[in-house]
Amino acid sequence: MTTATQPRGRARTADQPVAGRSERLRRATRWWPLPMLSVLFVVPFGALPLPGLLDGPIGSPGNLQLLALCLVFGGLATGYDLLLGRTGLLSFGHALYFAAGTYATNTVMLEAGLPFAVSALLGLLAGVALSALLGAVGLRVGGIGFSMVTLAFAQAASILVQRDPGGVTGGEEGRAAPADRLPASLVGIEHTANLYWVALAYLVVVLAVVQWTVCSPIGRVWEGIKENERRVEVLGLRPYGFKLAAFVLAGTLAALGGIVYLLLTGGATPRTTTSDFTLSLLVMVVLGGSGTRWGPMIGGILYTWADQRLGDLAGSGAVAALPSVVRVPLSQPLFLLGALFVAVIYVLPGGVVRLPARLRAARPSRTAADPEEVLPS
Amino acid sequence: MATVVLLTFTGLGLGALYFLIASGLSLIFGLMDVLNFAHGALLSIGAYGTWWAAFGHLPGAGFGGAGFVLAVVFGTAVGTVAAVFLEVAVIRPLYTRPREQILATVGVGLAVPALLSAVWGADARPFPGPKALSGTFGVLGAEVPLNRPVLIGAALVVLVALKVFLGRTRHGLVVRAGVEDRAMVTALGIDVRRAFTLVFALGGAAAALGGALGGLYFGSVDPGQGTSLLIFAFVVVVTGGMNSLTGTALASVAVGLVQQFANYYTTAGLGDVAVVVLLAALLLVRPRGLTGRLA
Amino acid sequence: MTPAPAPLLSVRDLRVVIGGRHILHGVDLTVAASGTTALLGRNGAGKTTTVRGVLGLVPRTGSVQLAGEETVRLPTHVLVRRGIGYAPEDRGVFAALSVAENLRLAERPGAGEPDYDLVHELFPELARRARQAAGTLSGGQQQMVAIARTLLNGNRLIIADEPTKGLAPKAVTEVARVLERVAETVPVLLVEQNLALVRRLARHCAVLADGRTVHQGPAAELLADAEAARRLLGVGSTGHRGPARTPAGPPVRTAAHDAARTTEADT
Repeated sequence: MTTATQPRGRARTADQPVAGRSERLRRATRWWPLPMLSVLFVVPFGALPLPGLLDGPIGSPGNLQLLALCLVFGGLATGYDLLLGRTGLLSFGHALYFAAGTYATNTVMLEAGLPFAVSALLGLLAGVALSALLGAVGLRVGGIGFSMVTLAFAQAASILVQRDPGGVTGGEEGRAAPADRLPASLVGIEHTANLYWVALAYLVVVLAVVQWTVCSPIGRVWEGIKENERRVEVLGLRPYGFKLAAFVLAGTLAALGGIVYLLLTGGATPRTTTSDFTLSLLVMVVLGGSGTRWGPMIGGILYTWADQRLGDLAGSGAVAALPSVVRVPLSQPLFLLGALFVAVIYVLPGGVVRLPARLRAARPSRTAADPEEVLPS
Repeated sequence: MATVVLLTFTGLGLGALYFLIASGLSLIFGLMDVLNFAHGALLSIGAYGTWWAAFGHLPGAGFGGAGFVLAVVFGTAVGTVAAVFLEVAVIRPLYTRPREQILATVGVGLAVPALLSAVWGADARPFPGPKALSGTFGVLGAEVPLNRPVLIGAALVVLVALKVFLGRTRHGLVVRAGVEDRAMVTALGIDVRRAFTLVFALGGAAAALGGALGGLYFGSVDPGQGTSLLIFAFVVVVTGGMNSLTGTALASVAVGLVQQFANYYTTAGLGDVAVVVLLAALLLVRPRGLTGRLA
Repeated sequence: MTPAPAPLLSVRDLRVVIGGRHILHGVDLTVAASGTTALLGRNGAGKTTTVRGVLGLVPRTGSVQLAGEETVRLPTHVLVRRGIGYAPEDRGVFAALSVAENLRLAERPGAGEPDYDLVHELFPELARRARQAAGTLSGGQQQMVAIARTLLNGNRLIIADEPTKGLAPKAVTEVARVLERVAETVPVLLVEQNLALVRRLARHCAVLADGRTVHQGPAAELLADAEAARRLLGVGSTGHRGPARTPAGPPVRTAAHDAARTTEADT
């Protein structure tokens, strides 16, 4: 992306004197989500209604809850893209590590009666251990075999959770978190703003960790693995260890997200263990733009918001009045999700973050775009 | 003893179902490097096609005798057409973007079951099957439902047919060569994309047949059937060594039997987990699966 | 001599970009209507990419005319069916298939009877090994399968990419004998690093450097000029192989080569 835009910028400097400024502007606008992020810091104090986007004022507990959910999934998708977009690993079992954080923390609180902080630490450790163990096994097969194995592991875990061994997981009902073990400032509707801060902190932590590791030497090896694994081998490096590092880091970030999710929703539900949950992460990443700095976050936020609103839409009177040919598919969120996903792949290659660049390239004044800018179709 | 015989037949029947899905998966993956996440959807389409036809929507079809055969043929045909449509309309435009091909099949795999439950409801629909197949027969003191040997027979027929197709026909030769080196096949003057459509048609037909006969095995059809079977079909494909038909057949039998026996002798549901644990153990010992081919 | 007849293959300004990297910057190449034309150049000059570009196995731009007809927009299999036989650099033999099956794949149903008589006359050994898996053959035997596949269809042009690479001396002699015989009836485009072989077989030659054509002309003339040969090919004209050549044995893939292959699937 950057390598493709830079020569074009230089070429314009030659025939247009003002181009230097626009180039600086362009570079500055690449950080546009940063001001957006700072807007997120003032949200809980806002009374601004956003008709159509949200019901009621933006700072109401209901909306803060939804926004916090959006932020958690923004962070979760960013962490997941560490595998998909940065290392080229297509994992279909990421839900497992998210659920590990949720269930392990909740179970320790419920069964051992330990306070939240200790339980959360143990839950995080469970996520680390599980991703290290299963990653070590799964990464023994390359390419798509890895995808199938991760899916199988997650499925096995999902079945286990729903079987409710020893009454620990609560089966299909899940289990509510014990309110007396949680910090009082994180329980109750009047403290939704605090939960919002926790979710925002999680997102910022994930963004920082991902950005930092991707720019570090190990991140460059990941990029090499994504481009061409054999070339990394030729350089005398063993890709296995680097892939495992990415897998464990992503798993840890997911477990952390699971703990935040536990606080946010007040319990563990088996829905977070299913393969559909992982697939929705995949949709978020692809929707936003895999392998980009902000894309997965934007995808996660957009998706979570749309999921909520589409759920409302599916049950709304406007849909019920439609003819059955249209109404029947629209009443199925998963159908919308699947269809949206396929549509994004075709219509929005590179995701939402590539949209401005694509619109610019499509403008008639610049018909002679770089060959690299023309997407293969 | 009777229990062991019954479990063996049930496990083999389940293995036969797995083989009907996994054979197409491994053929498609071997030739095109596409892991078809919509393969479970093809099975569901076959199942619902058969059920729909047998419920009196197709003249001559029904749940008895020849009518049932006609319904199965119809369901299989619908699944085949859906598979060809999937390849031509969804996979082919993304020919130069292999990662997106897989993601697109994920999308289709989500959308189709959702559409099926939107039209026919999310609950299981009863699938009575013909009277001739609803009985049992006695072997070594066990009463084995007749649909088990029917499934096993169908899987064997499909196995032999695929073997003959791959080994004895020119199209099969092209497929085998394409698994090794697609570019070289085109460099010999062969349009390898026709082979792509062909393997999708064959894989779709096998999966749809699996769906039709799966209705007999489970006694009902529901929208999620294909997807839950697909995950175990993945386990089968990895265990079998990714692109070997014989490996897939062996792995199907192994997975089906392990699952049934473990589910019976431990608690229900643990068999499913046992299969995955076994897969992990196998990967630790032989990362390339049972047949040792390159993954 | 009469004026030179129209060339069989005429390549103009062939450019190939793989994964954002420019591999060919404009290759010009003419293959005469008879005899062998050698494509020369150091390792990495773009010889194999040129051949793959001509065949459409990599995305390319420019002009590729076969007997006066533009083919650059044709998919590979259509172009090949117009009469090209291709023996690729790594031989492209299907290891799990038998020798007979490898040959049968090269048949073109609906385009005339395959000429098995010629193949069995030139390579009697292949008839004896018809049922053997091609992967178990020696390098020289695999090369025979690769060349035999180009001879079944009465092709108008045969492209052989480094057919003697990694072969034992005896097999090199055998391959050279066959290519010499073939070139009597069909024009051959030969990519070759063995200059002794080029001297023996080739009438014309083109030299590539860094993805461009830097020389075209009669082969004997270039090889007679020791200075020019050293400058263009990086070797003396004594027929020694280049310094970076791998010794006889299984062909060693380079990282760049592999990179080109993987990216090909992605683009």
